[in-house]
Amino acid sequence: MSTHDSMIPLAQDTSHRPVTVTLFVLVVLVTIGITIWASRQTRTATDYYAGGRSFTGVQNGFAVAGDYMSAASFLGISGAIALTGYDGFLYSIGFLVAWLVALLLVAELLRNSGRYTMADQLAFRMRQRPVRTAASVSTVVVSIFYLLAQMVGAGALVSLLLEVEGDAAKNLTIAAVGALMIFYVTVGGMKGTTWVQIVKAVLLMGGTILITVLVLAEFNFNISDMLGGAAENSGAGQAFLEPGLKYGVDTTTKIDFLSLGLALVLGTAGLPHILIRFYTVPTAKQARSSVLWAISLIGAFYLMTLVLGFGAAALLSEDAYGQVADSAGNLASPLLAEEVGGGAGSNGGAVLLALIAAVAFATILAVVAGLTLTSASSVAHDIYANVIRRGKATEHDEVKVARGAAIAIGAVAIALAIPAQDLNIAFLVALAFAVAASANVPALVYNLFWKRFNTRGALWSIYGGLTSAVVLVFFSPVVSGKGVDANGNNLSLFPTDVDFHWFPLDNPGIVSIPLGFLLGWVGTMTARDRTAEDKYDELDVRALTGAGAEKAVTH
Amino acid sequence: MVEETTTREHEAYERIHAGRDFAELKRRYIGFAFPMTVAFMVWYLLYVVASNWANDFMATQVVGNVNVALVFGLLQFVSTFLIAWLYARHANRKLDPIADRLREEYDREVGR
Repeated sequence: MSTHDSMIPLAQDTSHRPVTVTLFVLVVLVTIGITIWASRQTRTATDYYAGGRSFTGVQNGFAVAGDYMSAASFLGISGAIALTGYDGFLYSIGFLVAWLVALLLVAELLRNSGRYTMADQLAFRMRQRPVRTAASVSTVVVSIFYLLAQMVGAGALVSLLLEVEGDAAKNLTIAAVGALMIFYVTVGGMKGTTWVQIVKAVLLMGGTILITVLVLAEFNFNISDMLGGAAENSGAGQAFLEPGLKYGVDTTTKIDFLSLGLALVLGTAGLPHILIRFYTVPTAKQARSSVLWAISLIGAFYLMTLVLGFGAAALLSEDAYGQVADSAGNLASPLLAEEVGGGAGSNGGAVLLALIAAVAFATILAVVAGLTLTSASSVAHDIYANVIRRGKATEHDEVKVARGAAIAIGAVAIALAIPAQDLNIAFLVALAFAVAASANVPALVYNLFWKRFNTRGALWSIYGGLTSAVVLVFFSPVVSGKGVDANGNNLSLFPTDVDFHWFPLDNPGIVSIPLGFLLGWVGTMTARDRTAEDKYDELDVRALTGAGAEKAVTH
Repeated sequence: MVEETTTREHEAYERIHAGRDFAELKRRYIGFAFPMTVAFMVWYLLYVVASNWANDFMATQVVGNVNVALVFGLLQFVSTFLIAWLYARHANRKLDPIADRLREEYDREVGR
């Protein structure tokens, strides 16, 4: 998502604005209603953290898809395809294939062996306090990176879609999004958050299907014609339909893309806000069904972004295409919706533009709520209840701390996002995936499949993967020394006159992921932990059969 | 320090773990999940490498404006859907019956 401050108004006429505002208000009212309803169903800690484990596979599948598909993928990927053609599509494939790791190796086993957080699964056979601390640090870091990127994007996006200008309006938007997300999480807990995500997923799929069909109809459902139009209109010719426009510049960008691909494909199964969603269903079988639904929805969605992206390149006027470029791609889908609805100034165009804007808004709200809940749960359940109170906290106290933590994390996110608006922080989402792949995935996989794995191995892989990913990015071009783009926008976090980078790649995965696995192995081999090894048989049986696994709450 | 389990639970887990049924369950699970993971990772990395370093091949036109790059990308979707479906079928037929039986045995033994 773009963080440029050079956003220009959406269109000369503002006929869609009343409809857009009405739909935004509607989204807010519906989600508030859901949250209040959910709060009445929330009594125990299991209700708060895991929605009572009473969601069905279908419901959770929609919620997983709603949690995963951020505004960055909704507006960002279609925008990237509209601007860089085929290379925008490369992204979405990594995001989808990654779900097979979650399906085959993680979802069901985690559901059977954990309770509320990612750390539960490790703590099953490791020394509680160090392992929970490490897993919680990693959870909070990944979630905050991701959250910050979403919040800054929200400020830019909502003011762009509502056509309000000026810093005050953007700051207000960020504060309002933050306040709403705190409300969902503190009041509605996992039940409220899940339903917000389900509603968002339905809206997103509905809106995307509608625009896709309208775009294809413009070409009489001839995909080749659409591709031809896109290639011609983009000015790049056939190269627009081939890989290379964005990542094929030189060997460094190619290796960078390989590094990104690794982080995307391995990172998804280590994103804490995705992992805890598997605790919301009653059985491992329902967790499997959740992932199958999520794969279907996410796959269908990314196929449609292909039509949205190439469709935008093919159909938009030169003027509108220029606006897409100025918004770094974010306006591709909204302007395309306006175009296929009848064009700027028409009623149909205004309604469809407003609809897509509202879908984007719902998308932002659902994703930030999921991230806040995840970090708050980990702070309360791992740090407060198990590290500080050593497992002696009451459920009531634990949930109270979780609510307090949600308010604190939300406040921190608002406070960081407002000044971060003027900085280029587009790298944070990719960094979150890299940390998840380098720190969380090695620990989870080793713990499930390697009897010898122990506390030291877990700590080394989590802290080692986390630190190496963050340090490498700190000394990479995305933080300093990348220079400016064609429009003079700074491509790095630091001002253009600062340059201390020595790591050549934007994405650390190709180094930090093997390092995370290696450190986990070295740490394990240099220590011996009989308890962890003895407990492995129990974990093994519980993970594969569900014997003794947490059950659903029945009210 | 670790998650507490009662002696009775511990014994039930140990007994199931030592049994032939569990060994068979684990063999069937690993036998599917591991080779399949290697397969889709190699297949995905092949696609990434081809996108990076096999430009001429990827640019070959197949039908109209549809080129190899697009077909290869779409095949990644097809293979993902296919592997997901195959795993679900494998799990329903070969894993769930054993897992359900062992879970029932466990519940009976620990009296849940």
